[in-house]
Amino acid sequence: MSNPTNIQGNAAAAAGAIAAGCRFYAGYPITPSSEIAEQMAARLPKAGGTFIQMEDELGSMAATVGASLGGVKAMTATSGPGFSLKQENLGYAAMTETPCVIVNVMRGGPSTGLPTRPAQADIMQARWGTHGDHPIIVLAPHTVREIYEETIRAFNLAEALRTPVVVLYDETIGHLVETVTLKEPEEIITRKWAEGPREDYLPYAAGADMIPAFPRPGDGYRTHTTGLTHDERGFPTQDPEKVAAFMERLLGKLETHRDLIEKNELVETDGADVLIVAIGTPARAAKSAIRELRDEGIRAGLFRPVTLWPFPEEALKAAAKGKRAVLVPEMNAGQMILEVERVLAGEAPVTGLNVFNGEPITPAQIAAAVKELAK
Amino acid sequence: MNEITVTSADAFDIRDWLRLDLMPHFMCPGCGHGIALRALLWACHELGIKKDKLAIVSGIGCSGRTGAYIDANTFHTTHGRPLAFATGLKLARPDLTVIVISGDGDSLAIGGNHMIHACRRNLDMTLMLLNNEVYGMTGGQVSPTTSAERFTTTTPAGNVEPVFDACKLAEGAGATFAGREATLQTPALKDLLKAAISHKGFSVAEVISDCTEIFGRKNAMGNSAEMVLRQKHAMIPERSPDDRVPEPFKPNPFPTGVFVDQQRPEYGELYDQVRKRARERSK
Ligand SMILES: Cc1ncc(C[n+]2csc(CCOP(=O)(O)OP(=O)(O)O)c2C)c(N)n1
Ligand code: SF4
Ligand SMILES: [Mg+2]
Repeated sequence: MSNPTNIQGNAAAAAGAIAAGCRFYAGYPITPSSEIAEQMAARLPKAGGTFIQMEDELGSMAATVGASLGGVKAMTATSGPGFSLKQENLGYAAMTETPCVIVNVMRGGPSTGLPTRPAQADIMQARWGTHGDHPIIVLAPHTVREIYEETIRAFNLAEALRTPVVVLYDETIGHLVETVTLKEPEEIITRKWAEGPREDYLPYAAGADMIPAFPRPGDGYRTHTTGLTHDERGFPTQDPEKVAAFMERLLGKLETHRDLIEKNELVETDGADVLIVAIGTPARAAKSAIRELRDEGIRAGLFRPVTLWPFPEEALKAAAKGKRAVLVPEMNAGQMILEVERVLAGEAPVTGLNVFNGEPITPAQIAAAVKELAK
Repeated sequence: MNEITVTSADAFDIRDWLRLDLMPHFMCPGCGHGIALRALLWACHELGIKKDKLAIVSGIGCSGRTGAYIDANTFHTTHGRPLAFATGLKLARPDLTVIVISGDGDSLAIGGNHMIHACRRNLDMTLMLLNNEVYGMTGGQVSPTTSAERFTTTTPAGNVEPVFDACKLAEGAGATFAGREATLQTPALKDLLKAAISHKGFSVAEVISDCTEIFGRKNAMGNSAEMVLRQKHAMIPERSPDDRVPEPFKPNPFPTGVFVDQQRPEYGELYDQVRKRARERSK
């Protein structure tokens, strides 16, 4: 876009959304995500789009999906209890394969918890928050620039794979101001639209890419969209064969496109004795700790999933090979560690560093934990 | 309002509007929702609405299931939220005619918040609220419109909760159009729906419907024909004081007609102003 500017993390999410082609936002105010709504309220009408503050998060998620059903790229943002309220209609988006982006700026919980303090305790909710088996992509940026870039990528993935995508970061990063150059996106993806005669079109039939073409209302396809389990025509079915075929495609489509979805950052992992696995603020702290430890002759590396879900199983296994120990620092009571333990299953001892007092994890805390493990 | 008007030269044939390959439908014999569906499609026909440009957004319930049979762009959403989905859809696609089909539980209980705010906002869409006094789909539990003393599966000793008047609620929340008709008078119902859909702004058309199979049976209200005839005794054709209601039907009187019909700036147009101002300011 232009010259370096000082921009806040939440504002970068809004800027990324507009750059990706988002033209609809429905929200409900909640700390520490409200700046995203405020930014969208100012930016969207200028871009010819629509901002609306709905009556609650159930409504804001519904309106977001409703706009996308109309063929317009749409986003919402929230935190804490608001993320809980979005879950039912987020599940509807997953089930109906309606692209949309949800930003969750994590604060302390449970319940009203610590509204202004950072946490990472929604890692599992972001994956499993809505009921039933469902596909979802979760991206976990750790800098302001990355919030901008990952929000653009969130829209691209949502459109390409017809799925809801969550952008997940903690309050510290959301409220952080960094000097960033916001580059125009290299690639903007828009969903594949239904084409050709109506008689030949099945709204939920897909080829080898497992992604059905989207019917834009008004284009003459007159299709049915439902949260009930449906067949290729889009109508409800309880036929076990059709249900199984539908669920297998729905759950399998992300696995088919792992190459497109997966993204990790590796910092000095080759030759490290201790591997740190972290996202967000703890990943920033880990980078400082690695430098400090190096000066003391202790070799630690960082594996950082930028795409948190689906979890990068193979890449993590490769990075952890031959390590003496694995440390998982998280601002929660132990969530991502469950996934790390599952993936590494006995290959390397996995230890957690858990801070859930409303304070960010510091480089000193990580360095101390690594030293303990390197002994 | 009770005049029957036919504006289209072509006769109305419901088969032109239905997804016939989905027949038979799920509704119980005599269910009032089917009559309402017919009246809605009849209204759409007479208004000359194009099926490609018609979006039906429905909630969850027997009411919500009716949308799937319409040969249009149909969206069967989540319980209580169709108005919120429709708000996003209409704002994103003002070129579509958006009609929401919902039930008394869907709009007045779980979706009450969306209903009052839709009335307040005045976005150009129509709510057809199928009021059958009960949660039909889940097997006959009490709803916010169940009359006093009625038996439902969750009021085995009779209902003691007062009822919601959907039209008064709409009026209080700022709706610019609110009216009610019963399935007994299908042509009048069709005309109410026509007026509601033509109205610029948010419109509420409440339909007194009958859940014959569950509510009717539980309250010994007779067969479906008897249930529909019952509406006749409880209906007050114009807005009038309650003392005109015959005594045996006292707990369940429902005035019919159009109660609110006024003009107020429509939300989509107002938001166009927001876009214009934002662009001017950034010049
Ligand atoms: C969140 C949620 N809660 C509960 C239900 C179960 N449920 C399905 S339909 C319904 C009531 C429908 O009643 P109404 O809106 O009056 O429609 P009717 O079936 O009478 O037409 C309920 C409670 C649901 N589907 N979703
Ligand atoms: S249960 Fe009641 S509302 Fe539902 S289809 Fe049957 S009669 Fe109609
Ligand atoms: Mg009902």
